[in-house]
Amino acid sequence: MSIWLNHDSKVIVQGMTGSEGRKHTQRMINSGTNIVAGVTPGKGGKGQEFNDRVVKPVFNSVQEAVAQTGADVSVIFVPAKGTKSAVYEAVDAGVPLVVVITEGVPVHDTANFFQYAKNKGTTRIIGPNCPGLITPGRSNVGIIPANITKHGPIGLVSKSGTLTYQLMYELRDIGFSTNVGIGGDPVIGTTHIDCLEAFEKDDETKAIVMIGEIGGDAEERAAAYIKEHVTKPVVGYVAGFTAPEGKTMGHAGAIVSGSSGTAQAKKEALEAAGVKVGKTPSETARLMREIMAQLG
Amino acid sequence: MDLFEYQARDMFAAHGVPVLDAVVATTPEEARAGAEAIGGGTVVVKAQVKTGGRGKAGGVKLAHSPEEAAAKAGEILGMDIKGHTVHRVMVAQGAKIAEEYYFSVLLDRANRTYLAMASKEGGMEIEQLAVERPDALAKIPVDAITGIDAAKAAEIVDAAGFADDVKAAVADVIVKLWGVFQAEDATLVEVNPLVKTEDGAIIALDGKVTLDGNAGFRHPDHAALEDVAAADPLEQAAKEKGLNYVKLDGEVGIIGNGAGLVMSTLDVVAYAGEEFGGVKPANFLDIGGGASAEVMANGLEIILGDVQVKSVFVNVFGGITACDAVANGILQAFKILEENGTPVTKPLVVRLDGNNAELGQEILDDFAKTLPAGAITREDTMDGAARAAAELAAGGQGQGA
Repeated sequence: MSIWLNHDSKVIVQGMTGSEGRKHTQRMINSGTNIVAGVTPGKGGKGQEFNDRVVKPVFNSVQEAVAQTGADVSVIFVPAKGTKSAVYEAVDAGVPLVVVITEGVPVHDTANFFQYAKNKGTTRIIGPNCPGLITPGRSNVGIIPANITKHGPIGLVSKSGTLTYQLMYELRDIGFSTNVGIGGDPVIGTTHIDCLEAFEKDDETKAIVMIGEIGGDAEERAAAYIKEHVTKPVVGYVAGFTAPEGKTMGHAGAIVSGSSGTAQAKKEALEAAGVKVGKTPSETARLMREIMAQLG
Repeated sequence: MDLFEYQARDMFAAHGVPVLDAVVATTPEEARAGAEAIGGGTVVVKAQVKTGGRGKAGGVKLAHSPEEAAAKAGEILGMDIKGHTVHRVMVAQGAKIAEEYYFSVLLDRANRTYLAMASKEGGMEIEQLAVERPDALAKIPVDAITGIDAAKAAEIVDAAGFADDVKAAVADVIVKLWGVFQAEDATLVEVNPLVKTEDGAIIALDGKVTLDGNAGFRHPDHAALEDVAAADPLEQAAKEKGLNYVKLDGEVGIIGNGAGLVMSTLDVVAYAGEEFGGVKPANFLDIGGGASAEVMANGLEIILGDVQVKSVFVNVFGGITACDAVANGILQAFKILEENGTPVTKPLVVRLDGNNAELGQEILDDFAKTLPAGAITREDTMDGAARAAAELAAGGQGQGA
């Protein structure tokens, strides 16, 4: 298996007719994702054309798209201003998995739509400000490059897109069950812990890579979770040892505040939970390689 | 973005939070005029710095006349408080304080909602209170949809154990402070101390506000609150070009794609630098997934403008944008900078990996042959490239501007 995403996932794209939406929908189609429709208010009824004369229907609302196609995943490419209402729409339509790629969403909007989804209790949100998730060879939702790795036994969860790609590429000969980019914002819908829990339950995942970075205490909490609940081997990596205090490093959530949120504290917490932590991405890949060799 | 106290005060006033009359001054003369304007009586002259502990550092002084206010302002202006130079003071009306309280509402990352904190023992550093007397600090989660209404505010003041005679008034101020938090897209609103005066009024005597930069699109007025003068000139120039750049104190300029990869690059360079006399990364610069020629050129220009930089490490993983496009981007960037009269004068170490890596590497190698030896070094791995860049920086082969 894999987590949350598979061959039979039916995916709609909110904001498919915009330039980013079009570009990445084409890439998702190329990597085998079952894209069933797009949603753009006011453009319903028209089709959106892609390469090789592939045409995907466009609906005015998520409700309509779900009713017509049976979609169970929505990926959101709408601009930050419209993200909150787009997520509300998907939650209202009962879409079980909503992946928010959009960067620059005000954190009040994210806290609000996260609470809204939590109250409804039927939708998992991944992101915002994330690259999405991929079950290599089966389905790819978001902007992760599909052709740099293959399907295999490693599960990966990361706050960072390019570090995810780096590890996917370095371990491409072994391959991945699912890679989840959870995003670098201060408030995110799906956490490291959610992914660890899902990977632990997933038969296909034999070992886990967890990538974190400065800011907040999600890694520390994930370490505590690993100690209590995860039996599969976990290899970790944390970015931002050299980040100065009080400066936001690219991701809105990547900031050391006073003495909290440092890379050193995260590394120590993970190691105390028995996680092998690489000093560099390449060393992290090497540690995973050793574990896979031991597992046979 | 963190606000100065006087900016927070103005924002509070605009949302109906009771504050004292105050003016901001950058010279003793302005402080004198300000003290007169707010009544000429006893005033407090307060250093405006974005750090705590200014009282202990001598940055807050009482003055009993406009002349004294000018004199105190003269003492405080130009002071250094924990590395922050005081450029402004706030001259505020004096208040007869009967009791000091604490209130804040902030983003709670761990619980993905907000947290209100209140105490009837304000004035001291809240971190200290939280450690020494945790029972005195009430922490109440706030639902991100329903927020703090009158009922929630009543729950907060009850939990904090406020006396009956001030409960209603404090709760009323809390609802207004929530109004600031929500309407202004703040991630922190803190009042320490929130005071009861001798005549029973509840007043926000100090204010700390952090605003969410991502919400700038719905707050065009927030841009004016930025302390542009204090910004690093290179960071300011980068911002104007739309680049995600943070100036650091080191010798190896860094360009990469993706925030995580760039943070990781800084770390790897710092490790490699330990071998070469403590060479460090000079900056954080994330040029994003696209890595176009123009963005690459803009990024190189900023980094080459940093006189501390002795070598540059370009670390790109070709995911969405394949490596051949990135290599061509670097080529074009060299040409653009040549045409602009700001040619690349410091050695580059480039590591390209990912989609079409070999093709990209070939393009780069061919281009390097047309340049002076050592202008571009290509490395296959991130760790190797970091080492090479650190070694170049330590060798001082760059030509400082």
